[in-house]
Amino acid sequence: MNRLLFYITTFVVVFLSLLPFAWFFNTSLKTPLEITSIPPVLIPSGTLRSYQSAIEEYNLLHYVKNSVIVAGSTTFFTILISIFAGYALARLRLKYKGVIMGSLLLVSMFPQISIAGPVWKILQSLGWLNSYQGLIIPYITLTLPLGIWILASFFRELPGELEDAARIDGCSHFQTLFKIMVPLAAPGVFTAAILVFIYAWNEFFFALLIMTQQKFQTLPVGIALFQGQYTLPWGEIAAASTVATVPLVFLVFIFQKRIVRGLSAGAIKG
Amino acid sequence: MNHVSFFSQMKLSLLTREKIFAIALITPCFLLVATLAFYPILYSFYLSLHKIILGLPSLGQPFIGLENFRELLSDKVAIHSLINTFIFVFSSTFLEIFFGLVIALVLNKHFRGRGMVRAAILVPWAIPTVVSSQMWRFIFNDNYGLLNYIVFGSVTSSYTAWLAHPVSAFSAIVAADVWKTSSFAGLLILAGLQTIPDELYEAARIDGASAWQQFRKITLPLIKPALLIALLFRTMDAFRVFDLVFVMTQGGPADSTNVLQFYGYKKIFAEGLMGYGSTISVLVFLIIFIVAIFYIKVIGTRLFQEKG
Repeated sequence: MNRLLFYITTFVVVFLSLLPFAWFFNTSLKTPLEITSIPPVLIPSGTLRSYQSAIEEYNLLHYVKNSVIVAGSTTFFTILISIFAGYALARLRLKYKGVIMGSLLLVSMFPQISIAGPVWKILQSLGWLNSYQGLIIPYITLTLPLGIWILASFFRELPGELEDAARIDGCSHFQTLFKIMVPLAAPGVFTAAILVFIYAWNEFFFALLIMTQQKFQTLPVGIALFQGQYTLPWGEIAAASTVATVPLVFLVFIFQKRIVRGLSAGAIKG
Repeated sequence: MNHVSFFSQMKLSLLTREKIFAIALITPCFLLVATLAFYPILYSFYLSLHKIILGLPSLGQPFIGLENFRELLSDKVAIHSLINTFIFVFSSTFLEIFFGLVIALVLNKHFRGRGMVRAAILVPWAIPTVVSSQMWRFIFNDNYGLLNYIVFGSVTSSYTAWLAHPVSAFSAIVAADVWKTSSFAGLLILAGLQTIPDELYEAARIDGASAWQQFRKITLPLIKPALLIALLFRTMDAFRVFDLVFVMTQGGPADSTNVLQFYGYKKIFAEGLMGYGSTISVLVFLIIFIVAIFYIKVIGTRLFQEKG
């Protein structure tokens, strides 16, 4: 009886998690007529017309390119700076560690609107609105707390002997960090990279403010602003949404264990 | 003697070098966070005390004291957005904790294919919010949305424009948020569940406790800290709701889904009222700040307990 209840619950949870997006994906493979038909068409004709139109008429690949540039650079720089700071906070003698970790936690909780106006003004005065660095640098700042908390928690768990041995063998601090510690903390680096990438790939609020020209807009902005002439181009929106989501679904299915661990390290453990 | 003093000198310089290295390592992080997170917060406070209209640069930035805050108190839309935000935060957080608990209980069991189930549950969390917003907007569509078909079948004359009525539009936004973030709440609660030793359940079973009794007397009391963390975390996140509103309703109909972050965005960037909009920024910040301090305290005591 209990077992049955458990299986039913599991099934319902999985079903509700996947069904809505499966339906949207299904929509991306339909013709406009199939999209609007009642009763709904369950098995689409499988046409790739929506994808073609999203690429040709709505510049889909252009948004993909911007998203790859922005999310990729953000991930790279955030991880690099998080390795520096996370290592210093986890393993080196440093004053005010508690205050620094606490402030970072606070930053991760800032509502975007509370810094939006000033960030926009700063970027405007630098002439960085509608530029890649204008979005990448705020993203790095906002993902640093996540990266540092995860990496610090991984660095903290490494044994100190290896570090001492490297130092005795004459490695400089810098060599010790990059030759010994970073390879050992590779799972943490990887976990943090996945989470930072997902954040930067999905972020919408700042992208909307900073990238007002289509040329620089990322996928979420593009998808939010897709407009047809008379009606909403649902097939194209669904196709672009699928393109934006598929990489993430892959990441989740391959790395679910890491993601779960990273999320709880970032949110709870420290 | 010489040897000793040389050694201590070297040790000192090693220590100093370590300190310098540590400071060098956190400098990039410090510079970024200081200029693009902390300075903007203070700048928002400063802006909120001035009259600044982006479209009228000739106006300058006259200091007007608390005038903007006074205006905020009599701004009906702002008050409405504040109330909406609170209702949204309470209802979505409550539902997310409930579904999160169900998800955590499922994932805490050992069964074949648990990895796949966990990945499937993470999918809504990973999907960009803009994508899930468009997806739900399509499902709630008045002419050919899936929901209308599920509720009314082929009787198209009864089809409802869910996003065009205040109560159903608001519920739709809550539903979309709950769908997307329950799994995250679930993971936080799961972390708490996993700290409960199996022996407790075995002992309870031997004593003849039912599954419900075990849940009430063992599980629930022991995951209270995890529930609290999930609750605070989700509360802070729910205060920031923006993407869903922007894509699904644009705050409408009749401001029924207008929330603080969306209202602030509109004031600053659509209407160019940098000064007045910043008052809303400050308000949202202060609300979150109170929750955040509470959260850091909870986490702090937890860390302290683990160490002690």
